[in-house]
Amino acid sequence: MTAPAIHRSFTIERTYPTTAKRVFRAFVVPAKKRRGFAEGEGFGVDSYTLDFQVGGFERTRFRFGDGPPMTTDCVYLDIIDNERITFAYSMTIGGAPLSASLGTMEISSVAGGTLLRFTEHTAFLDGTDSSAGRREGSLGLFEALARELEQHD
Amino acid sequence: MLQHSSLDSVFQALADPTRRAIVERLAAGSASVTELAEPFDMTLSAIGQHIRLLEDSGVVRSQKSGRTRTVVLAPDALAAAERWFSQHRARWERRLDRLGDLLAADDDDIDQPKKSRRKS
Repeated sequence: MTAPAIHRSFTIERTYPTTAKRVFRAFVVPAKKRRGFAEGEGFGVDSYTLDFQVGGFERTRFRFGDGPPMTTDCVYLDIIDNERITFAYSMTIGGAPLSASLGTMEISSVAGGTLLRFTEHTAFLDGTDSSAGRREGSLGLFEALARELEQHD
Repeated sequence: MLQHSSLDSVFQALADPTRRAIVERLAAGSASVTELAEPFDMTLSAIGQHIRLLEDSGVVRSQKSGRTRTVVLAPDALAAAERWFSQHRARWERRLDRLGDLLAADDDDIDQPKKSRRKS
C-alpha cells in the first residue's frame, strides 16, 4: 500500500530593481533560465531543454554530487507575456516519483521595479520506507509522546 | 500529528515493555515474527498479538510472504515530508535570489529604444 501523498502550498515574493520585461525574459531565454533556475550549488546538470510555449516542456536531468539521477519535467499551461506564467512539473529521484507541483509566476510593476510572486502547490509523493525514515519513525514517536505528556503535566 | 494513528492507540501500543522492545528492534531494520520473538520467553502467538496491536495503531506494518511474516516500523512519513518541503522551498528561495543577481548583472539592452539599440 503506497503512503498517502502529502500536500503543501507556499508563496515567495521578490522585488527586483528592473523592468517586468527583463524579469519575464529570464524565463523565456533557455540560457538565462538554465543559469538562474537549473544550476545551483552542488548540482550537476546533465541535460536541459526549454520549449517556452503553452503545451511546451522544460526538461532537466541532474544530480547532487554523485547522488542518484534526478529529473524535473515542467509543462507550460498558460503564458501571458510579461505578466504571468502557469505551469505544472513533476520530479523523480533514482527513477521513482518524488513530487508533483502546480505553480504560477506573477509579474507586476511596483514602486522600486518589478514584483515577482511565485505560488506553488506541491504533492510530496516519496513515501518510501528508507532507513532514515525508520529511525525518524521510532524517534518521532517517542518525541511526540514526550511532547504530549509535557502538555498535560 | 502522527499520521495514520490516533494518539490514544499509540499510547496503548507503547505502554508495554515487550512492545517497546519490539519497536526498538525494528528501528534497526525489518524482522520476521520469529526473529522478533527470539529475545522473549513467550509463545509466537503471544508475540503475534503484540505485533497485531502495533499494526492496528499504525506503529508498524507487516507483510506475509509464504510462511514468513515480515514486520517493519512505519516511518514517520510526516516528519520526512516536512523536511523535504522546507528544503524544496529553500531551493526556490535561492533560485529567486540567483535570478536577482543575474538580472543585476544582465547587460541585454532589450529596454533601449530602437534608435539607440546597438546591433550585436
